[in-house]
Amino acid sequence: MSAHAATLERPEERRVPADAPGPAPVRIVVGYGFWIFLLSDFIMFSALFATYAVLHEQTAGGPSGHDLFELRHVGIETLSLLFSSYTCGLAMLAVERRRLPAFYVCAGLTFVLGATFLGLELSEFAGLIARGAGPSRSAFLSAFFSLVGLHGAHVTVGLLWLTFMVAQTAYRGPRDFVRRRLLCFSLFWHALDIIWVALLSLVYLMGAR
Amino acid sequence: MPGDAEGDPAGSLALYTTGLVFALLLTAASFLVSQTHLLWTPGVPAGLAVLAIAQMGVHLVFFLHISTDADNTNNVIALAFGILIVTLVVSGTFWIMAHLNSNMVPATAVMEMSR
Repeated sequence: MSAHAATLERPEERRVPADAPGPAPVRIVVGYGFWIFLLSDFIMFSALFATYAVLHEQTAGGPSGHDLFELRHVGIETLSLLFSSYTCGLAMLAVERRRLPAFYVCAGLTFVLGATFLGLELSEFAGLIARGAGPSRSAFLSAFFSLVGLHGAHVTVGLLWLTFMVAQTAYRGPRDFVRRRLLCFSLFWHALDIIWVALLSLVYLMGAR
Repeated sequence: MPGDAEGDPAGSLALYTTGLVFALLLTAASFLVSQTHLLWTPGVPAGLAVLAIAQMGVHLVFFLHISTDADNTNNVIALAFGILIVTLVVSGTFWIMAHLNSNMVPATAVMEMSR
């Protein structure tokens, strides 16, 4: 059944047109469901964005974004995450074409770039806390650490998930259900970069002016 | 997006690479807008917002493969709903907090009241 279903997953090979009643291929349904989850994640982030927007000027006499944000640091973080999204896409292309060596290389690059981002962000947080600009210093900093920290927590979970998926692909092979899970991971990883674009623009670039 | 087969091999690599190039350009533009005087200063927040929305769109189309083909209709509808809720949450928060702020009693009057 699964080998047969694999060929039916390509849209042009389906006998049923896309607008006909009946279930779509599993891959499309899984993608839709995970996309709905990602949208709920965006809504959670939007609540924290709104909180940050309300509180970003409440510095309680302490440092503001202008005093704290280092744009060179943020630029490297941005490039790391963006390129990791690109290599994640390449990894997806490779696994769909069953080119496993290319998949492992691209997945490894995705991990390294994501870990670079995370390491830079952790060092930024440690530096802020050491300067007395930790999350308890002011409402601005509480909102900043919550918002950026939640994104960092998502990146951490993503890296763990990626490790697990690479191991699963090695152990079980690029079977249908493994590739569907990799699809979900790639959607998650791209969504994190979308959130970072908003973070970069609204928190760092606006705050550093 | 979510779910469609990757299609023509060369085509999809081109899609990801084009998306990367656009995203890099938009990122560079964002840094330039915020750090130089290329844009009229009062317009910088709006400029950053527009560039951010454009880059999020680039990610959605080129990386997440949101499109208008028949298999993607549900995804587009879900995205539209998500944008609606996000707009309500953010603008609603601003509205409520602005009203609460203007309704706050001045500090000296609070001290009077507690005597």
